[in-house]
Amino acid sequence: MNDITQGLLAALRLIVVFDAELWEISLRSLQVSLTAVIIASVVAMPFGAFLAVQRFKYRRLVISIMNALMGLPPVVVGLIFYILLSRSGPFGAFGLLFTPWAMIIVQIVIITPIIASISHQAMRELWAEYHDLLISLNTSKWQRIKTMIWDGRRNLLTAGLAGFGRAIGEVGAIMIVGGNIEHATRVLTTAIALETGKGDFALALGLGFVLIGLALFVNISIHWLSRTEREGRW
Amino acid sequence: MSNMFPLTLSKLSVRRRGKTVLGPIDLVIDQGGPTMVIGPNGSGKTTLLRVMHGIERISEGTAEWAEPDHANHAYVFQSPVVLRRTVAENLSYPLRVIKRAKPEINSAVEYWIEQIGLGKVANRSATRLSGGERQKLAIARALIRNPEVLFLDEPCSNLDGQSTREIETLLLETAKAGTRIIMSTHDMGQARRLAADIIFMKSGHIAEKGLAPDVFSTPQTPELQAFLKGDILE
Repeated sequence: MNDITQGLLAALRLIVVFDAELWEISLRSLQVSLTAVIIASVVAMPFGAFLAVQRFKYRRLVISIMNALMGLPPVVVGLIFYILLSRSGPFGAFGLLFTPWAMIIVQIVIITPIIASISHQAMRELWAEYHDLLISLNTSKWQRIKTMIWDGRRNLLTAGLAGFGRAIGEVGAIMIVGGNIEHATRVLTTAIALETGKGDFALALGLGFVLIGLALFVNISIHWLSRTEREGRW
Repeated sequence: MSNMFPLTLSKLSVRRRGKTVLGPIDLVIDQGGPTMVIGPNGSGKTTLLRVMHGIERISEGTAEWAEPDHANHAYVFQSPVVLRRTVAENLSYPLRVIKRAKPEINSAVEYWIEQIGLGKVANRSATRLSGGERQKLAIARALIRNPEVLFLDEPCSNLDGQSTREIETLLLETAKAGTRIIMSTHDMGQARRLAADIIFMKSGHIAEKGLAPDVFSTPQTPELQAFLKGDILE
């Protein structure tokens, strides 16, 4: 209990004194996770809608694989990408290892199946509602997908935020490919792991509370900014 | 307008999970109408309309228009499907699908919103409308492309008297303006008020058809006689 109180006080102190390092790693956490969420959403949301609208051979298999990939172990993803991005690996020439871009790439891989799967669930329900109408209006496949994405945007927002929640709290994969380098790839979760390792539980907890606050702030802000229903208007 | 008629159904049947739900049916639909498809629940009225509109898979036989043009017919479902958008956006949707010019879309939306008396709620979410308002919106959305044929599947079931009267007036005006109306109903009063000709369905077959006054005054089959008397048909 004492540790938690000290952690809260540490968090408050870091925020009040406008701690430069805290702001740096917080902003990097946001930058990495939001970039990963945006890129993953661009791929995963239309894919989820496509799976809802289109019938094809092995569709069920694709959905099963997508759902199974939601449970990808981040450490294994990190390890695989460490090998792929290291100097001797196939993508070593790009020099991405131990950069924020490597962290973004592994986060994309981890959260794309999550966003795609939740999007697919939401789109499947909407498609059941819209199916007859959109077929009757002779819409093209692409028009159907566009309509579903637009009309199901509130549910898709939930899918995106679920991906963000997973990304911002991720530590295993980004620790491996990012290396937790000060002023380069250190983010909140890797900093927490570092401080815990050093035995500074108060600071680790303080960073933890900042992380929770940041996640809540982003969720609330996005809900507020994208508030689609105003006085009975979508 | 193109000349789509006649629509010829030849030896047409629809099977679902090995069970024949419609047919075999031979039927020719020409200009005229309004045509009312009547019959007890489960007699195949909805399936027949869906087959004619081209949104139901045919198991055997054919349904052929003289000049096939799916964009030139529209369908109103028993439970009105409204897009999760405003009333005005629901109306503009079918025109945007076929990429009409914006001024044309705006004037058509303005016209139809006035026709169905939803001007005051044009910018409100369509999902907040009452059942009667939703159905009027669905009919206006179907008519906004000026279709040659309008299919309606029991559009007034579950509606109050006033909404039913408003919709019937709208349909009669639509028929007068030259749109071919083919509609299913289980309401014999409505069939008498609207029909020029009748198709009576029983157990997936056309049991009787003819001009409305003849069918109502001298029904030929014992099934139709019983149905018109209000007997329960199995």
